[in-house]
This record gives sequence, C-alpha cells and structure tokens, in this order.
Amino acid sequence: MPYNEIRDVEVWDGEVRTKVLVGGDGPPLLYLHAIMGLQWDPFLESLTAHHTVYAPHLPGTVPGDPDAHKAIDDVWDLTLCYSEILDALGLGGEPVAVVGHSFGGMLGAELAANEPSRVAKLVLLCPIGLWTDGRSWTNPNVLSLPELGAAAFADPTGPVATAALTLPEDPEALGEAIIGVTWAMGVAAKWWWPIPDRGLRKRIHRITADSLVIWGEQDGIISPEYAGDFARLIAKCRAEVLPNAAHVPQLERFDVVPQMVQEFLAS
Amino acid sequence: MFHLMPHRELPDDFSQRYASVWVTPPWHELVPDPARIGEFYNWSLDELIHGAEMGFDGICVNEHHQNAYGFMCNPNIMGSVLARATNHLDVAIVQMGSTLPTTQPAIRVAEEYAVLDQISGGRLVAGMPLGTPLDANMVMGIPAIEQRDRYAEAHDLIVRAWQSKEIFAFNGKWNQLPYVNIWPRPIQQPHPPIWIPGLGSSSTWRFAAEHDYSYCMLSFFGSQVGKRIMDGFWEFNDAEGLDRNPYRAGFAQLVCVAETDAEAEKKFARHIQYFFNKCLHIPEHWWGLPGYQDFESLSRGIRGGTTMKMLEVITKFKNFSYQEFVDKDIVIAGSPATVRDKLVDAVKDLRIGNLMVLQQIGSMPHELTKDSISLFCTEVLPKLRDIWDDEGWENKWWPQRLRGQRLA
Repeated sequence: MPYNEIRDVEVWDGEVRTKVLVGGDGPPLLYLHAIMGLQWDPFLESLTAHHTVYAPHLPGTVPGDPDAHKAIDDVWDLTLCYSEILDALGLGGEPVAVVGHSFGGMLGAELAANEPSRVAKLVLLCPIGLWTDGRSWTNPNVLSLPELGAAAFADPTGPVATAALTLPEDPEALGEAIIGVTWAMGVAAKWWWPIPDRGLRKRIHRITADSLVIWGEQDGIISPEYAGDFARLIAKCRAEVLPNAAHVPQLERFDVVPQMVQEFLAS
Repeated sequence: MFHLMPHRELPDDFSQRYASVWVTPPWHELVPDPARIGEFYNWSLDELIHGAEMGFDGICVNEHHQNAYGFMCNPNIMGSVLARATNHLDVAIVQMGSTLPTTQPAIRVAEEYAVLDQISGGRLVAGMPLGTPLDANMVMGIPAIEQRDRYAEAHDLIVRAWQSKEIFAFNGKWNQLPYVNIWPRPIQQPHPPIWIPGLGSSSTWRFAAEHDYSYCMLSFFGSQVGKRIMDGFWEFNDAEGLDRNPYRAGFAQLVCVAETDAEAEKKFARHIQYFFNKCLHIPEHWWGLPGYQDFESLSRGIRGGTTMKMLEVITKFKNFSYQEFVDKDIVIAGSPATVRDKLVDAVKDLRIGNLMVLQQIGSMPHELTKDSISLFCTEVLPKLRDIWDDEGWENKWWPQRLRGQRLA
C-alpha cells in the first residue's frame, strides 16, 4: 500500500529537519534509502503488508530544505542523528526492524553497531561500508545515467531498470528530477566519498541483531564478494547472492526478495 | 600571460582510445620517454620568462592534477622559479593558484605564497581557487559538498595567518592548529592582492564582492560566451553597490599571433584543434559532480537552461574548424592588427582590466610559442595597456610596487 502519512521530524537540538514517510500496519520497520533519494517503490509497499514502515529522507534531501545536512559532519553524527529520529518517531521503546539499501545499508549497520539493543532484525541490501583492495567497485557519482543503469541493473534495458531510470518528459518535471537526484547524491556522498569505508569494519562486531544480507550476483557498483564478509563479521548473519540481479535486487528479483525478507523478519 | 604546461605530444588517436585527459590518462602509455616531460616543463618556464622579458605585466600559473593538459601539480614550485628568474623585471608573479580546499593544512598556502612574495620582492598576486571537481573531488578525494565550506575556512585562516601579530589557535573544522605563527610573512602589507578565479558561479561573485577581491573568469570559451557571463558579473556588482572599476575583473583568452591571418591559420590551426580535441577530452558530466555546485547554482543552472547550454558548447567545439574557433572568438588568432582590434573590443565589451592571455596552446612547439609571444608583446600589448586610462581607475588589486605605467 502507499504511504499514508508524511511526518515532520526535528532532531539534533533543532538543527536537523527531515520528513518521514509512514505506511502500513504492524510492528515498526525503519527503511533507509540509497544515494539517489527516497522512492516509495513496490518493495516498500510489500513491506507494509506486515509492518508499519517508517522511511526517513536523508537530511538535506527533502525538497525545499537542501541545507538540513549541514549540522551533521561525520558518520558518527549521522548515526546518532538517526537514533534521535527513531526517538522522535516514538520508536524508543521496543527494538525495530531495520532494512537498508546500499548507502542505507551502511547506515543501518552503523546504527545496529552503535546501539545493538535498538535493532531487532537487520536486512542489508547490497550494503556499502566495507572495503578490500582489488575488489570491483564503481563510483556511482562519476557515472552518466546510462553508465549508472548498466552498473546497477543486471538487465539495464529491462522493465525494472527502465521504470527506475526513465526521466519525466515534461521539461519542468525533468529539471526538478535532475536537481533532486543530483542533490541527493551530493548530500549522501558527504558520508561515503571518496571510498565507501568510514570504519564500519572496526565496529561491525558490535552488531547482535539477526541479520540477512541480500546481493545481486551481477552488481556492478560494489562487488557481491562483500556479502560473505558481512556474513562472517556479523555474529548472526546469513547472506543470499541472487542470480539475474545487480545492485537493486529487491526490485530486480521482486519475485523472491519481498517474501525472503518477510520470512526472515517473521522468523 | 597564462600557461597550462600541457603534454604536447599526445597520440593522434588519443580521444578515441582514452576516456579522459584528466584523472585517468595512463602515464606509462602516454609518456614513452619520461625525460621528455622535463623538457616540456623547462620550455613552459622559459616561455613564461620570455613573456616577462618581452613586456607582459604578469606571468601566471595554476594547479591541476593527473591531467595531461596541464600538470603543474604545485604552482608554487613553478612560481618560485619564475620569481627568481624575473627579479630584474617589473612583472607580477600571478599564482592562480594553490587550490585552497585541497591544500592541507591551509597554512601551507599562506607560507608558500609568503615565500614567493619574499623571493620576488613583493610582486606576488595571490590567486585563491576553489578547485575543479576533477582535481578536488576525483583526484584529491574531498566530498564535493564540503568544498565551498573548506574553501571559506582556508581563506579565513590564510588571510589571518598573514596578518596576525599574535600567535593564535585556529579551531576550524578541517584545520585545527594550536600555534599559528607562520614564517615567513609576505612583504606586501596588509597582504598580497587576492584574485578569485571562477567559471561564472554567482556564489564566487558574492565571495569576491564581500571581500573586495578581483574576480577572474577562467574559461576556454572565449569572449563571446564570456560576454554573457561578465554582463552577469557586472550586474551582480551593481546590485551589491560596488563601483565598475574594470580591474575588479579578469578574463582568460586564447591568443595566437602570426605575421598575417593566413600565416596564423597555417601555423596554429592544428594546435588549436589538438587543444580542444585532446586537452579538453573529458566526460562532460564530470564537470557537474553531485554536490559540487551549491543548491542555488545547481537549480538556477538547470531551471534557467544555462547548464544545458554550457554542455552543448562543450560537446560542439570538438568538431569546430579553425575558422569556427576564430569566428566565435574562442581563439583570437591572426595578424597583429586582427588580434589587436579584436582584443581591444573584447576588453571594452567585457569591461576587464586584467586580460589573461594563453599563448601556448596544446601541441604548440617551443619556438613557435615564443614567436607568437614576441609578436604579441611588440605589436599588440602596447595598444591594450591604456584602454582604461581615460577613466582614471586604480588597479588596487596589483602589487603596490608595480602600479603605474610600465615601459615595455
């Protein structure tokens, strides 16, 4: 189902504002989006069947509030900031399920490492955050849109990639879409550029949540070899590397991933 | 006179074989004989010194990295040679310059510029560039969205470090220094003149206006495209209540001079095409990495269409003929009379006091470059110097000891 509420949240002693899309019914689930900004896509809709999904915009990526990232300097600040966002949403009591995609996966892992008791279950979709020299890695911020499509999707001309990457035809809407995506990528890069390693490797052992890592076998952004590292470094973690998928497996393999995630969260 | 110090012998199929002249060009494939690059550096320095001896008012270098079109990775190494070699001349050492956000800690810039001011006897112009996304983000690794804040912090630290009579602690976000007390200090007081290079972004105009610095438009697109941008600059300054002193503005222009227009085409056409086809062979979207433009500039550029227009220009010029480069004034080339007339018009049209001339272009060999410089200095330059004299402006952004008329 679509989201049914947009909640305004103010944290960080009043210096950081963001908006949170809320939809669904059931126990709370925090969804952390990737670098191109928050989209309420079919995967999020699938999560609403059994959960109340809370999906915050990364501060600074809410349309009309581009400077909201300024008070957050490093990953430590950002992690604490998201902890405060959970409090502001009234999710301070029970542990919550956390699902994060790519950059959002790194953020979810940081959150779970920083406050292990706060995260009930952790699902990471192609998370960035670990680094091994020599493994394939494509910096998304230096790619053209066609190059990005080719790296992020197993079938760059298929319907899933087309739906995700087609820009509006109306010139005004096109302009706004380009501004929105460009700015979101610029803001997110503050916490991963130039190399997506901000020290998660040192902190990952702190994660106690049951964890599931899902990766696309053909991921051209960041190597699926990292799936094994997450499984090894998190105490209770299973990794699934799926064929016919790249960096967006939850949409590319919509036939299996929503159910896989649901079963894991329900277990 | 501005110099980039390019690789002058890139292979014919460079643009087909390689993705970019900047960031990723493979040294070991493109430089079969490493000693040859040493010759390029020495030619480039000699050309600048020749320009100074022939009568240029200033000689100018800049900073780029991993870039076959210009690889003066630290302009102050070059500036040091130039300062020493021109101590007998009234020529400014114009550093355009050390990139503030990527020089860490930023007191390195304050120190090195002070050294140049000392060696040159007070002839330094201190350029303070923000840096391109290719250098600052892709090569040097700083997040694009931090670049302007890092710049502002570095600027404040440098200017204070030059002037403070007390030792001070500087608690910046990117520079934390407990005892700032740099040695040496510059000769020029309160500090050397500061120039701010830019590509037409209004946030850079605002910075120059707020601090009363001189702004330099550094593009390779020539005076016709530059006219639109410089008109915007002057309107912005009007709105800020600043005067129209032409020395508030500088402009970079590619210039080639030969005996006749026909000779100019014969001598320079292939070098100009080399420059635009190879030296500017860069994926267009790398100029606009996410976060590099602040939100205001990003949205205004896209909503107003100027971003698309710039991309169109960049895409088109690779296929221009010599005649098109000349007709569009992207390169002002020809006989001394042709170049003189066009430059006089351009200077007046753009209302610029500081014309920055690039005379070594792409693959131009050493002797041809020196000939073009000599002709420019003897036949063209004397006609440009007095353009603004009747308006009576003072160039207060010029080293004190060099102000006033210079005998060329």
